[in-house]
Amino acid sequence: MAMNDATKLTEYVTFTTAGQLFGLPIERVQDVFKPAHMTRVPLAGPEISGVLNLRGRIVTAINLSRRLDLQSRVDSIAAMAIGIESGSESFGLLVDAVGEVLKLSETDREPIPINLERKLARVAAGVFRLDGQLLVVLDVDRVLDLGAEPVAAAA
Amino acid sequence: MDELLRDFLTESGENLDKVDAELVRFEQEPNNGQILGNIFRLVHTIKGTCGFLELARLETLTHAAENLMGKFRDGMPVTAEAVSITLATIDRIKAILERLEADAQEPAGNDGDLIEELNRLAQGGHPVPPSVPPDKPSPQRVVERSDDNASAEAPEKASAEAGERPAAETGEKAAHSIRVSVDTLDHLMTTVSELVLTRNQLLEIVRRHEDSDFKVPLQRLSNVTAELQEGVMKTRMQPIGNAWQKLPRVVRDLCADLGKDIELEMYGAETELDRQVLELVRDPLTHLVRNCADHGIEAPAERLAAGKPRVGTIRLSACHEGGHIIIQIADDGRGLDIGRIRAKAVELGLASEADLAARSDGEVCNFIFSAGFSTAAQITNISGRGVGMDVVRSNIEQIGGTVDLKSVAGSGTTFTIKIPLTLAIVSALVVEAGGERFAIPQLSVLEVVRAGGVRDHRIERIKDTPVLRLRNKLLPLLHLKEVLRLGGTDRDGGFVVVIQVGSQVFGAVVDGVLHTEEIVIKPMSSKLRHIAAFSGTTILGDGSVIMIIDPNGIAQALGRVAEAQTEGPELKESEQIASEDMVSLLVFRAGSQRPKAVPLSLVTRLEEIDCRRIEISDGRHLVQYRDQLMPLLRIDTESGLKKEGAQPILVFSDHGRSMGLVVDEIVDIVEDRLDIEVASNRPGVLGFAVVKGVTTEIIDVGHFLPQAFEDWFRRRDSHATRSPRTILLVDDSAFFRDLLAPLIKAAGYQVITAGSGVEALAAFKSGTHIDLVVTDIEMPEMDGFALAQAMQSAPGTNGVPIIGLAAMVSDEAIERGRAVGFHDFVAKFDRTGLIAAIKEQSADVSQAA
Repeated sequence: MAMNDATKLTEYVTFTTAGQLFGLPIERVQDVFKPAHMTRVPLAGPEISGVLNLRGRIVTAINLSRRLDLQSRVDSIAAMAIGIESGSESFGLLVDAVGEVLKLSETDREPIPINLERKLARVAAGVFRLDGQLLVVLDVDRVLDLGAEPVAAAA
Repeated sequence: MDELLRDFLTESGENLDKVDAELVRFEQEPNNGQILGNIFRLVHTIKGTCGFLELARLETLTHAAENLMGKFRDGMPVTAEAVSITLATIDRIKAILERLEADAQEPAGNDGDLIEELNRLAQGGHPVPPSVPPDKPSPQRVVERSDDNASAEAPEKASAEAGERPAAETGEKAAHSIRVSVDTLDHLMTTVSELVLTRNQLLEIVRRHEDSDFKVPLQRLSNVTAELQEGVMKTRMQPIGNAWQKLPRVVRDLCADLGKDIELEMYGAETELDRQVLELVRDPLTHLVRNCADHGIEAPAERLAAGKPRVGTIRLSACHEGGHIIIQIADDGRGLDIGRIRAKAVELGLASEADLAARSDGEVCNFIFSAGFSTAAQITNISGRGVGMDVVRSNIEQIGGTVDLKSVAGSGTTFTIKIPLTLAIVSALVVEAGGERFAIPQLSVLEVVRAGGVRDHRIERIKDTPVLRLRNKLLPLLHLKEVLRLGGTDRDGGFVVVIQVGSQVFGAVVDGVLHTEEIVIKPMSSKLRHIAAFSGTTILGDGSVIMIIDPNGIAQALGRVAEAQTEGPELKESEQIASEDMVSLLVFRAGSQRPKAVPLSLVTRLEEIDCRRIEISDGRHLVQYRDQLMPLLRIDTESGLKKEGAQPILVFSDHGRSMGLVVDEIVDIVEDRLDIEVASNRPGVLGFAVVKGVTTEIIDVGHFLPQAFEDWFRRRDSHATRSPRTILLVDDSAFFRDLLAPLIKAAGYQVITAGSGVEALAAFKSGTHIDLVVTDIEMPEMDGFALAQAMQSAPGTNGVPIIGLAAMVSDEAIERGRAVGFHDFVAKFDRTGLIAAIKEQSADVSQAA
């Protein structure tokens, strides 16, 4: 039984933004889509890229690199969006590129380094050491919890 | 049987609610046969169904009640006792029904007490019941035969003979209406929303293909969809009056308990709102009305002592307003005890004393919505039923509404509840601003005006405030793209969407108006809900998402102007009264091209003076005028004196001294209303008004008088052999106060002003010495006559002379005025007459003193 737990594999959808590799548990990802016809929302916070229509649902697009204060590449026009459901709402995390789905063992997941940048540390749920790069696992709910950040201070 | 019983319970519940409302009306208008007929029929329906369902106890009771109601209908006088006993009966019926609902069988019990009373009243004065249909069984017989359906049928026949509609048998009723669960309706609504969306998308596609074969069938589909949508919406809409039905009864019972006299006025009961919302506001409304009756309205003795009518009024009103429903509950009671609330807030630790000191009364009032807050010295059983104002607020906030209150000590409290119309589909105007499209709910759009280009609708500026002149009104404007911080430079082109939010009308400048569309409101993302400018999102026919503008939200951008205008009905009223007065205005130009005006009554003469006669002395322009040196003043530095030819001037004279106001050109003398729409803080200008369709500056003459003669105001003092007399000027119009006060001052008196009769009396009470009162006759609430009467009856004020200002001085008014203690009457614009009257009256006083 213990052996089973230890070798339990979780599937992660991986994606990169601002050069960093991230992963989300696959069960939290609704779909992956190319954002089109985005409507910007005046007066909204900087991390909100806009709203768009995805098959009749209104999706609020959140720019991940702006959300995490990552140095995004010059005019990073987010190419892809990770669709997420939260409550009864739909969100899209705008990222630079979506990678493959990785099966990773929970035993390999390491706690986040204590010196990780504060804003990133708040939304990270762990780190996997992959060949040649690190994959930061995100906690979706905390990524979507914009209210926790001092938005007013940023504005 | 179960099904039948359930139907019966639901239907009876509704019928009983109606009876409640009708009975109270009935008590007020006992001779209204129609109301009586309605009540009779309702009780009768319940009774009939009871028999059918073998509910013997209920049937006996309702029969006795019906019997009595039948007597009333046949002309027996209605007594308060009878209404009370009928209400008690209905309460009993409700109690039985409740038990019936819980246990699925009629509870045991005896209603002999009530039945006896009902029968006694039914026989009172009419020993023989001649008009009761003879085939109507007596209560006893009904009990005996309650298992016999025929006995229940009999009264039905009787009522049919009596010209009533055949009472609703369950079967017959089912043919006309069925009960559908709200869930089913909700699901239907969602489906229709999607259908509308798809229809819109199809329309958009066909729009791009002109010669499509789909065009005609799609048009039909579109119409059918619209009809379907309307139909489904209707099933969910109910008049708010349904939530009010119980209130007359509530108030009546409270009156009886508290020994108060309260009249409940209801306006806008037909205002419709979503059923779900309706259910959720029912309790908060009831609580607020109870609160008004219990805490707000004073006991009759206290009211009389305060000079109020004996009967208190609670006014309930509802209306649609910019996608919201506004419900107001206003009482004319004593208002909130601010001091007590402050003390209680400190006691409960809600705020420190220092904190409270910094807060306005309005803010302090809102503490009553805090949990555990009650200032009533003793908790009565009326408002203290476990529901606090905190529950009221949280209930209303749960459905996305707000509750606000305004209280004026001594004159009442007004609760304003604002609930969103959570209608899923609305008609909206799609506009463009700063490159983005937005939807504005049609409900709040009054009209769309093309700005720029056309001369009539030019966007003008007063300082930096943009305004639009629209049919003699100055419309404050905001630029949508500025409010939404979208950038863009073109400021004066485009369209003005005229939006109404409450009593406030403003224009939103947009770059383009695209079309109107039925939009399906999708709730705002939780991440965007804090943006007040938007109320939701929607998907347009072309598939793109756009934001729905919240008119209330963007109105906040009007800031101070908005606040001043939503100040409340009182302010508006006084403005309207002022506006009803037609004023002769002298329109002229001086300096800037914008026309200026002064009330003609203030001007003594219009003169043209040969420029060569103008002398300069000590940097001041003077002219010899009627053997005196008259100073000439310019309105502002821009306006200069002519070098040659004739210089037009307006001459203002008083006590043999005159001054001339230099103008460029006298334009016209017009009769118009004087509505100062935008106040000015520039010295010498009272504000701006639309005069004959032109934005005009209204000049404050009082500003220039002392410039001409520094001692203009003081001069009288030296002439006077006594200290200056103090005159109280009472007028509800701020404009006339501003206009007349300087005049009276100029005549050498001290002037204090009051905006209403109540304020005037307060001035006396505060101990200010007042020698003479000059009061407008027509004022809201307390008019000039009432003020005079109030002064006559008070010891400190009964000797003070009163001069009335009337728009029209009729013999009749003078007669009436003298009777209540007026010493003189002057026409409102007879400036010389007013000064003369003041002089005469104050001289009288000095002789008398």
